[in-house]
Amino acid sequence: MTTTTPEQAKAPLPPNPKSSKRRMRVDLRQYGILAALVVIIVLFQILTEGRLLYPGNVSNLIQQNAYVLILAIGMVMVIIAGHIDLSVGSVVAVVGGVAALSMNNWGLPWWGAVVLALAVGALIGAWQGFWVAFVGIPAFIVTLAGMLIFRGLALVLLSGGTVSGLPRPYVAIGSGTLPSTGTPDLITLGIGAVASVAVIVQQLKSRADLQRLGLPREQALSFWFKIAVAVVAIMYLCYLLAYNRGTPIILVILAVLVLAYSFLLTRTVFGRHIYAMGGNLNAAMMSGVKTQWVNFFIFVNMGFLAGLAGVVSTARAGGAVASAGGGYELDAIAAVFIGGASVQGGVGTVIGAVIGGLVMGVLNQGLSILSVDAAWQQVIKGLVLLLAVAFGFSRRKGAR
Amino acid sequence: MNDVILSMDGIVKEFNGIKALDGVSVDIERGGVHAICGENGAGKSTLMKVLSGVYPHGSFEGSITLEGSAVSYSTINDSERDGIVIIHQELALSPFLSIAENIFLGNEVSRGGVIDWNQTNLQAAALLERVGLDESPATKILELGVGKQQLVEIAKALSKEVKILILDEPTAALNDGDSAHLLGLINQLREQGITSIIISHKLNEIRAIADIVTVIRDGQTIETFPVEDTDDIETRIIRAMVGRPLDSQFPEREPDIGAEKFRVEDWTVHHPVDTERVVVESASFNVHAGEIVGFAGLMGAGRTELAMSIFGRSWGSGISGRVYKDGTEIHTRTVGEAIRNGLAYVSEDRKRYGLNLIGSVTVNVSAAALRKLAKLGIIDRNREYGVADDYRQRMNIKTPNVSSLVGNLSGGNQQKVVLSKWIYSGPDVLILDEPTRGIDVGAKFEIYGIINEMAAQGKAVIVISSELPELIGLADRIYTIAEGRLTAEVPRAEATQEELMRHMTAARNQGAQAP
Repeated sequence: MTTTTPEQAKAPLPPNPKSSKRRMRVDLRQYGILAALVVIIVLFQILTEGRLLYPGNVSNLIQQNAYVLILAIGMVMVIIAGHIDLSVGSVVAVVGGVAALSMNNWGLPWWGAVVLALAVGALIGAWQGFWVAFVGIPAFIVTLAGMLIFRGLALVLLSGGTVSGLPRPYVAIGSGTLPSTGTPDLITLGIGAVASVAVIVQQLKSRADLQRLGLPREQALSFWFKIAVAVVAIMYLCYLLAYNRGTPIILVILAVLVLAYSFLLTRTVFGRHIYAMGGNLNAAMMSGVKTQWVNFFIFVNMGFLAGLAGVVSTARAGGAVASAGGGYELDAIAAVFIGGASVQGGVGTVIGAVIGGLVMGVLNQGLSILSVDAAWQQVIKGLVLLLAVAFGFSRRKGAR
Repeated sequence: MNDVILSMDGIVKEFNGIKALDGVSVDIERGGVHAICGENGAGKSTLMKVLSGVYPHGSFEGSITLEGSAVSYSTINDSERDGIVIIHQELALSPFLSIAENIFLGNEVSRGGVIDWNQTNLQAAALLERVGLDESPATKILELGVGKQQLVEIAKALSKEVKILILDEPTAALNDGDSAHLLGLINQLREQGITSIIISHKLNEIRAIADIVTVIRDGQTIETFPVEDTDDIETRIIRAMVGRPLDSQFPEREPDIGAEKFRVEDWTVHHPVDTERVVVESASFNVHAGEIVGFAGLMGAGRTELAMSIFGRSWGSGISGRVYKDGTEIHTRTVGEAIRNGLAYVSEDRKRYGLNLIGSVTVNVSAAALRKLAKLGIIDRNREYGVADDYRQRMNIKTPNVSSLVGNLSGGNQQKVVLSKWIYSGPDVLILDEPTRGIDVGAKFEIYGIINEMAAQGKAVIVISSELPELIGLADRIYTIAEGRLTAEVPRAEATQEELMRHMTAARNQGAQAP
């Protein structure tokens, strides 16, 4: 990346990049992952003869893959800071077990179980964060140990096998919807309209900011095209949901998480410190960043989100088993890298990770509809991960 | 010209439509030392990359002729086969391998893929003797200092039967003793008939060692002339490099020195790993408001260690002593605490300790003072941008805009970004460790101006530097440090290079209190 020669950097750039090619390349870099997602959706839409985007299937897709998206949001922060977390699948299992047992055996109400699950997740995160941040053991080792420890604990906890028969409000977190006005559901359509307006306003505002500050903006055409695509996508999604059962509760949770964590990473001091540490740990330290505490809280947060994923997946499955969450850590890590994060740290976005997660989700869903053998599904997902990162890599090299 | 071994003619190299080299022509004489001079960004390194095949034949215009016949290299291996070896600024040795393994890396002494260790070590030992390095070939690279690593690089070059040795800023990271040894070695190699091309900023070195100098500016050859050991030569080179005569290397300044701002008493630091070893021994010094105080010491004397240990105990163990600001004792136990107490430390190694190279100018400028830009932990990004753009203009940082990545800027501009970051943190005490290392003459002058301005604002400024003329030109007072002890305090009027060097090499007193 830094192979630009000083000569190049010193020469003043032409004030007006002479070709639109240059801008196109910038756009491509930014939207490459999104384009890949669209291509995959279209491809499966054709292969499944339109079944991928059946209203019922779309609802399913969101509810079934919510765990990847939740975990990917936490994982992208871990990876930007230059770490990795291999334990999240096991944490999902143990937290799911605690939540289910607390309702069925310990008499907690459903909301009490949710609070307990999130607290246990955060506590597990604090445990791992302690070893990484304050003892200085590489996260790979700490979380590899955590993967074994928490899987083991899940097996101990759920030695009686499956815990099922969870309360209805709890199950609704995973598979319920907001109240509906019937078919089509006007509430869902209303949410879509509000979200579309919000996207337009937000984009216009940030474009105006760029102009005011004299920073390069993308061309008006590509800007409006982008907005049009986003609005069409939102409205189409809401249309599909409105003709099914309405807005899944999990979609609301996901939307809140995406907004909150995007804000955290791009606008807050804490988020900035994460990027600074991933970019150059020593320089961050010498700038007064409390690197140990930042590392600690990154893992506390990862544990918290793994706890949430545990709640969501037990709610979706309607019960807890010790084998739950197997391979989730790999799905989340894959999503983050498909979403453009760098293995060296310092680079990555929440939106990217979520889109990466959706790529994985659409693959899961599409391949299942096509009844592709589970073994081959893995092969295909592996190849997609490799190609996505290779594509990103070549773009980065090409753009130097 | 009598015997030209290598000639480059009309070299033009473009990057994205911008000409980095615009018709450079150089003839290198056999068996001489040819210096190539120019500001950062003038095109020296690009020229060497063209010559050595890093930029393959066909990616540039012009011709290269070696010993009378045209050559076209596609890779570094091609040029090395012809005996052209380049030693880069950043050394490329593998730290966990031994000296001998490094020397023959990629060129192993082997039979059928099996390494002949006896031959390897034997030949390595012979090469080490030739470069004057008294180490066992089995020593691991990580146990060697930079100076010795440089010698290993040269030994490696010699193992390839080098005809033309290219050294890119060979002494940039070396102390005076190691530099002298290296220059002596280049002289020896000249006697053995090896042609050297040396890229350097250090005019005194060029004066001491080069036979011929070629000055490049803005991708063009400006002048080539023989080097004589006179002051006029330095002036002539500077004039050719910057395109104008530099009246003075240091901007004018009227010192306005106030009350004591900063005082350190009895500061002692031990090595972080070898905790018995004393690295800084009861150092006491002070700096007044508006004063620039220099610290002169050879590499390893404890200058950086002193500064970093004061700045949030970023280095060392078993640190003791007291720090006062405006007469009141302050604590600097963590970097955060040091910053809050008005200290700033600009590291000698900006890529390692100073910058996030994959971050924008903006995020680097604000990195040490985010609290000033944030409310309830939320950053005001418009104000942050405003601050960064303000510093871009004030410091004359050459960048298309402040959203550009710092890794794409030249060394001088990167240094200005680091300075911006620390000046924006609003320090009362500014510690600058080698602030002009690896920076061209023009940018140096600008940075001296910035340092003077800081002093004029009443800040206490500490400058650590290996370049004695720089300290003499800049500082009001200079402390010398040797083997971890402050050995003298020299006012500007009495400071000469000889005087300073005498204190910098002062031997430890007999019977000094050993731990």
